[in-house]
Amino acid sequence: MRKQEFLTALQTRLSGLPQEDVEERVSFYGEMIDDRVEEGLSEEDAVTAIGPIDAIAEQTLSEIPLTKLVREKVRPRRQARAWEIVLIVLGFPVWFPLLAAALVLLFAVYLVIWAVIVCLWAAEAAVAVSALAGVFAGVWQICRGELSQGLLLIAAGFVLIGLSVFLFLADKAATKGAAVLSKKLVLGIKSLFVRKENAI
Amino acid sequence: MDIQLKRGLLDVCVLAAISEEDSYGYKIIKDMKPYLVLSESTLYTILKRLEAAHMLTVRSAEHDGRLRKYYHITPEGSKRIAEFKEDWKEIMAIYRFVTKEEQPHA
Repeated sequence: MRKQEFLTALQTRLSGLPQEDVEERVSFYGEMIDDRVEEGLSEEDAVTAIGPIDAIAEQTLSEIPLTKLVREKVRPRRQARAWEIVLIVLGFPVWFPLLAAALVLLFAVYLVIWAVIVCLWAAEAAVAVSALAGVFAGVWQICRGELSQGLLLIAAGFVLIGLSVFLFLADKAATKGAAVLSKKLVLGIKSLFVRKENAI
Repeated sequence: MDIQLKRGLLDVCVLAAISEEDSYGYKIIKDMKPYLVLSESTLYTILKRLEAAHMLTVRSAEHDGRLRKYYHITPEGSKRIAEFKEDWKEIMAIYRFVTKEEQPHA
C-alpha cells in the first residue's frame, strides 16, 4: 500500500472520531512513513512497518474518552433548519424518555454486573467469618467441657475455611471477568458511535 | 510485566530519549530499539500523555520541505527522570532482598 492510500484508509476508519484527534494521528503516521522513506525504505515497506490499520483504529478508539465521542456526535455539522428545531422541541416528550430509558438501561446492566460481584464477595466474607466463629466457638465449648459439640463446631469451621478459600479464588476470577466485561461494554458502545457515522 | 510498571518505565524511557536534545517520533523509536521495541501507536499514546502532564512540549519545524514534530523536555520532565533514578535505588534494594531470599532454595 502506498502512503497516501494508507493515510486515506486510516482517516476513513477513524471518521466519526473527534476531527482534531483524527488529523493529529494521521499526520503522526504520515511523518513516521516519511522518515522511514528518507532512511531508504520503499513507501510500501514503510507503510507495512506501521502495522495494520485495524489495530491502530482499535487502540485509538479505546483511548478517546466516551464523553468526548458523544460530544463529537451530538455537535451539529451544519446549521439546523427551523423545522428540525421545531421537531426536536415538539418531539421532546417522545425522545427524551426514550434516551433516558436507554441510558438508565445501560447503567442498570453495568450495575447488575457489579452487584453480582459484590454479592460474591459478601458470600465470601460471610463464609470466612462463620469459619472463624465456628473454630472459636468450638474451642470455647471444649473449654466448657462439651467435647463432642466443640469438635463438631471446629470441624464445621475447618470445612468452611476450605470453602472460603475456593470461594476466594472464584471471586477473584469473577471480578477479573467483570472488569473485562465492563471494558468491552464501553468499547462496544464507543464503536456503536463510530460505525453509525461511517455508514452515513 | 505488570502493566502499571511498564507504563511508568516507558514514560521515563521516552523522556530520556529527548533529554539530551529535542527529538522526533521516528528517531525516538530508533534510539529505543536496542532496549525495547515500541510501536508507533504506543509511542503516540505516551507522547500525548506526557504532553498532557506538561513533561514535554511539541513544536513543528520544517525538515526537507515537510513539517516534522519535535519534542522538547520540560523541567517537569527532567524532574520525572530524577525521581525515577531515586525510585530505582529503592527497587534495586528490594530486588537484592528478594533474590537473596531465593538463593538458599536454589
